[in-house]
Amino acid sequence: MDYTLSDLYTWSEKIEKMAVDCGLEFYPQEFEIVNYDDMLAYEVYLGMPSRYPHWSFGKAYEKLKTLYRYNLTGLPYEMVINSDPCIAYLLKENSLLLQILTIAHVYGHNDFFKNNRLFKIGTDAKYTIESFKNHARTIRSYINDPSIGYENVEMVLNAAHSLKLQIARTVGERKLTQEEIKQKLLDTYNDQHSNYNTLEPPKEIDPPDLTKIPLEPYEDIIYFLMEYGDLTEWQQNLLSIVREETKYFIPQIETKIMNEGWASYWHYRILQKLDLPQSLHLEFIKRHNDVVAPQRGGLNPYYLGFEIYHDLVERYGEDKIFEVRLLDRDESFIRRYLTEDLCAKLNLFEYKKKGSDYVVEEISDELGWEKIRSDLSNNVGMGLIPLIRVTDLNKKDKCLFLEHVYDGRELQCKYAEETLKYIASLWGARVELKTIMDNKKTIISCDEQNKVSIITYAQ
Amino acid sequence: MAIFREFNPIERDRSIEDRRRHRQLTEETIKKNLADILSEESIIGESKDKKIKIPIKGLKEYHFIYGKNMPGFSSGNGSEKRGDKIFSDNSAQGQGKNGAGSDPGEEIYETEVTIEEIIDYLFESLNLPYLEKKKYSEILSENSCKKSGYQKKGIPPRLAKNRTVVEKLKRKQMTKKFMQEAGLDQELGRFPFKEDDLRYFRVKETKKRELNAVVICIMDTSGSMDQTKKYLARSFFFLLYQFVKLKYLNVEVVFIAHSTEAKIVTEKEFFHKVESGGTFISSGYNKALEVIEENYNPNNWNIYAFHVSDGDNFTQDNLRAIDSAKKLCSLCNLFGYTEILPGMFSSNIKKKFAEKIQAKNFVITTILKKEDLWPALKNVLKKDSKEG
Repeated sequence: MDYTLSDLYTWSEKIEKMAVDCGLEFYPQEFEIVNYDDMLAYEVYLGMPSRYPHWSFGKAYEKLKTLYRYNLTGLPYEMVINSDPCIAYLLKENSLLLQILTIAHVYGHNDFFKNNRLFKIGTDAKYTIESFKNHARTIRSYINDPSIGYENVEMVLNAAHSLKLQIARTVGERKLTQEEIKQKLLDTYNDQHSNYNTLEPPKEIDPPDLTKIPLEPYEDIIYFLMEYGDLTEWQQNLLSIVREETKYFIPQIETKIMNEGWASYWHYRILQKLDLPQSLHLEFIKRHNDVVAPQRGGLNPYYLGFEIYHDLVERYGEDKIFEVRLLDRDESFIRRYLTEDLCAKLNLFEYKKKGSDYVVEEISDELGWEKIRSDLSNNVGMGLIPLIRVTDLNKKDKCLFLEHVYDGRELQCKYAEETLKYIASLWGARVELKTIMDNKKTIISCDEQNKVSIITYAQ
Repeated sequence: MAIFREFNPIERDRSIEDRRRHRQLTEETIKKNLADILSEESIIGESKDKKIKIPIKGLKEYHFIYGKNMPGFSSGNGSEKRGDKIFSDNSAQGQGKNGAGSDPGEEIYETEVTIEEIIDYLFESLNLPYLEKKKYSEILSENSCKKSGYQKKGIPPRLAKNRTVVEKLKRKQMTKKFMQEAGLDQELGRFPFKEDDLRYFRVKETKKRELNAVVICIMDTSGSMDQTKKYLARSFFFLLYQFVKLKYLNVEVVFIAHSTEAKIVTEKEFFHKVESGGTFISSGYNKALEVIEENYNPNNWNIYAFHVSDGDNFTQDNLRAIDSAKKLCSLCNLFGYTEILPGMFSSNIKKKFAEKIQAKNFVITTILKKEDLWPALKNVLKKDSKEG
């Protein structure tokens, strides 16, 4: 440790002033200086050590520890929580320069949390910490309730975790009421009826079935199970808690590249302006280059985001990126601002797995860059999660029908089977999932005894 | 103005409970995958403290993920061309036949444990009473120690606390007496231990009568016993041996391989030998009887014989096999017959054994798939506990 607490105060004050001068706007900032073990725990519990207990956090801990031990991943410099006040953990063992760089980086994140559209409408920073604590308290009370107990809670949590990303993905979208959906379906039907082409023979259009459940394909599987399943109150509450916590994390999933790029852009700018003494300046350049270094075999979000902002500033000035950080998410960020020149500069390429080899599919030349841009923008954020929807429910035998919205990417079969088992056990009846495997229509079904069968239809 | 809070350690390590639960679930997975884990281990030898890596495949967090046709992206150095192979996923090799490691959703991480640890928590949870130890060997072991007297130097675990206190009291009395004699009339006050007071137990190595056991592994090595079967057999024998070893200080192992004839072989030959032709199970049993007669007098030795076969025996040998099995039962503490992956046309030797052999120390088990290994083992060992 080559610094004192008062060093940190001095530097953070300079940094904060600089951040304001640059136009950043943030929540009040609090830093906690933690040691290595506590940082591990904070990381595993995503910054909330008060989170509810589940073995998956234990697994994450062991895994992270192993990764650090074998030097497979670098030590975290910081960890920032989207809350108001914004809380960040700094690793005690870091050098003074790393602390300075990290503090500047944290102000970037803080500004992003406060201003980006998804965070603004999707999360409630004021109540973040308190709501996580409440959730943990509720779940612990179920664990301590002798009529429920740890294992029953664990079973529901296992299932809820497997479905947690199958929730409505559009942040801030208002749920239509049943009545509004019915009206919408009727309107569409009436339109089709009155606007048919008089030159063509009249087509029979069936009126919509307004007793169907769900009325139209429904994205939010967890919510559907809560609404229509036979769950007890505590089971519903568990699902609801996992769903709420996921909703809090979705903006982070959706803006990983933008958020890290933004923080990296600002730590770089602020440290440039800080007038660092020569010795610190050299370390700054080195550390910064480590953070935004390209990564072989993958894409470093810090690097990609940093380069895109940098390019935007060069072409349009700094105002442009403030507008971008307000409105975009990774998908639109890449679709709009990853240019041909940038693709070429970063030497982006796309690969696919063929047999046991990974083979280059596209490179960033004139012919390939557009495909790379469009495929990449479809493979970030929630775009990495397959979209599964509830399509129908057989009221006689309660069989639940799901469909995978196929876009050329196949489901991993074993994972789909196991996830269906979770759904079937919560639902208490047969569940069927329609998808496409090897270009063939496929139905994976799982009955209430957790027996899985797969039917493939010929083309 | 930011607030800084200095390092304020989390009072209690929050992750302990979740890690404990994870570990518990991991152990359950290990039990399920026992055959895979132990099939490569040699039965005798230095493996006790050897660390083995166990791929934990069971603790996945399942959710809907993409498998095939999912593109990957990377930044390169500009030299990449369409169709270039950038890396190869060869982790599918050596992971058993599931080809684990080749799927994108596969997250294998390894945990390192010693074989002894595995054995420990496996058998710990079994909670079986000790095997019957009715016979003492005439060979005396020299490993036991006996306390005999005290000495001034020693290692902390051998500190003789009572004796040390006595030494201190003696010194205190002496001091008091000396002060009185010298006419000094003051309170002694605090009277701490001095290094001189410390006494340690002296230990002497003694000879002690010990319990000896022999494990006789008999395996069918005829053509029908393919690698998969031997693979299961090895895990099975390995665990049996480890279990017996827990209970006895001295355990010897004999490997008998048989097809139509039986031979004493080395461990390596035992698991890798392939013979063509048919099977006379009786040949293996007779060889075992021979070995017992020559080397392991049942009055001095606890004898455990286990036979693994796929049940494929020549019909004309069945009666002889039953006969020899009965003889083995009369000499052994425990005699087990385990049928591994019996074929469709196997000759019902298992059924015949079950009908004809009434001995209490005879146990029959069947292993149809890898997952049966652990239940089968429990079955064998439970039988023994009932008799013990």
